[in-house]
Amino acid sequence: MDPYVLKTLNEERRARRAAVLVTDLGDGRDRIVREGDPVAGDLGTAIASAFRTGNSRSVEAEGRTFFLNAHLPRPRLVVIGAVHISQALAPMARIAGYPVEIIDPRTAFATPERFPDVALHAEWPEDVLKRAPLDSYTALAAVTHDPKIDDFALKAALDARCFYVGALGSRKTHAKRVERLLALGAGAEQIARIHAPIGLDIGAASPAEIAVAVLAQTIHAFRSRGLEAKGAVA
Amino acid sequence: MDESIYLDEARDPLIIAEGWMKDGKDVAIATVVETWGSAPRPVGSHLVIDAEGNFHGSVSGGCVEGAVVTEAIDVIGSGKARMLEFGVADETAWQVGLSCGGRIKVYVERLG
Repeated sequence: MDPYVLKTLNEERRARRAAVLVTDLGDGRDRIVREGDPVAGDLGTAIASAFRTGNSRSVEAEGRTFFLNAHLPRPRLVVIGAVHISQALAPMARIAGYPVEIIDPRTAFATPERFPDVALHAEWPEDVLKRAPLDSYTALAAVTHDPKIDDFALKAALDARCFYVGALGSRKTHAKRVERLLALGAGAEQIARIHAPIGLDIGAASPAEIAVAVLAQTIHAFRSRGLEAKGAVA
Repeated sequence: MDESIYLDEARDPLIIAEGWMKDGKDVAIATVVETWGSAPRPVGSHLVIDAEGNFHGSVSGGCVEGAVVTEAIDVIGSGKARMLEFGVADETAWQVGLSCGGRIKVYVERLG
């Protein structure tokens, strides 16, 4: 392995950016491909698939054998709102492989008794996200219903190109939210990325069922991300 | 299950390899590039080895690491990468093999 390649790979991994290490198993030459870097032909197709699935494998292309080692940051889910839905969402998402962080400045909601074994921040999203910024391998679900708490986080999620952004509320509630986000400087195209009403349409009624719908939508967004992530690492 | 979303720098083989390199050590990197059956570690897993035989990470559940370390020290010496294959079907299976019945291919290369 080229020492410079290793150094670059570790930099990308530390910064939670996806990278595929491509090694020619014939001559040992290697290089880093970042998400969105253009690679032509069968090798390019295989690399795109490695970014999407996170699976590493050997491929035959151009008469050579390459090993593709996919280094994807661990996806995570940030939930704004320590509410009933979040109580169901946190353990389910963790089991599905998406560690959860919950942010809610309302100390009556954000209690360790209501959220055992969850990374819980009884603080404003502004303060928490300053310390641990959102990124394109983070999903954000805003479920407080309170613009004072949700709006800043939604705008931050759009700016950070989170792979999933969802917001709880009816179409009517969301229409008002769109106006507020426009006023905050978000673009219409950005705002169109918000999933609202939140969750896949499975007819969810109870808080736990809504959590299933949100988790399913998060997984779908993660596994179908690709083209839209191209401009993410700017 | 490790739930941190950040790298575990103290245990991450590629971070350790970079650190060794900065300390001026000769290093080999072993990578699982193919698996068949019930292999204990997924494709892409690393074992990193220095010239004294110190190692971090894993390419199996401990079944073949000893053999990989021995090969890696040769690779550090020669600079020529090697492809190793382990499995119960191997003629050396009674010595170093995977008791789980799987087979793995490990690519061993020198860093630099």
